[in-house]
Amino acid sequence: MTSPSELTCAELVELVTAYLEGALPADERVRFEQHLVMCEGCIAYLDQMRETVRLTGTLREEHLDDHARDALLHAFRTWAIE
Amino acid sequence: MSTLAEAADAAVIPAGPSPEEQRLVVALRARDEAAFAELIERHHTTMVRLAMSFVSTRAVAEEVAQEAWVGVLKGIDRFEGRSSLRTWIYRILTNTAKTRAAREARSIPFASLGGGGGDEPSVDPDRFLPADDAHWAGHWASYPRRWDDMPEARLLSGETQGVIGNAIDRLPPNQRDVIRMRDVEGFSSVEVCELLSVSEANQRVLLHRARGKVRAALESYLDGDQG
Repeated sequence: MTSPSELTCAELVELVTAYLEGALPADERVRFEQHLVMCEGCIAYLDQMRETVRLTGTLREEHLDDHARDALLHAFRTWAIE
Repeated sequence: MSTLAEAADAAVIPAGPSPEEQRLVVALRARDEAAFAELIERHHTTMVRLAMSFVSTRAVAEEVAQEAWVGVLKGIDRFEGRSSLRTWIYRILTNTAKTRAAREARSIPFASLGGGGGDEPSVDPDRFLPADDAHWAGHWASYPRRWDDMPEARLLSGETQGVIGNAIDRLPPNQRDVIRMRDVEGFSSVEVCELLSVSEANQRVLLHRARGKVRAALESYLDGDQG
């Protein structure tokens, strides 16, 4: 099944970010998509990577601590009356 | 400080402030403390984390971020709106951090901090059939499972978030910064390249490594649990 011009699954997984970023050259993109059409495993992998990005986007930074907030608001008040 | 703010405004990135940001700029110029409080809640913690890539300790990073905010206040009247407010603020932050790092004689260029590339695979090579397989060398030995049949509540649970957070914390610093800025904070690749002084290609490699490790951590958590 694997001819020299076809991607293996191990090769495809290393191109996923470039693919999602729209950074693959046209011919690579075609090879990527041709592989996907016939490979359930890589479809699942691409889906996992998209989910990873989506779920990472739901993380929230820790809250600002009171000490830092007080220091910053103090700096603001100093600036505001200048 | 004003020179840092001017330098930050001079760099060209398309897309100016959003209407929401324009409101904050107007309010800040009117010395509205609530607007400033809103901005620091939103950005300060991320700024401290980012500053840590440039300086040696958390305490110094905290000082750098505070100094950057003073730069933001002093520069706000001259902010020309050629970039988004957020980009402008982070530019002041990275300029401040670089100045401080130079003073600390710790001017390690971001991209040379290691963990930037090499050939570390995204997926354990054992997941693929070996090179001597007659027909399917390099193809999945067993398929990854689909996650789209998992309940959303499970994917968004605090426990799953903990798995993602821990995986990010274990990344090499430059991979960690890139995935935080891109995928947690939602910066564009153009913004991240500029703020961290990395090329598009380098940024993409760092992001790829980082996402690959977070995916692997999620996979082992989600699969391990559901069998």
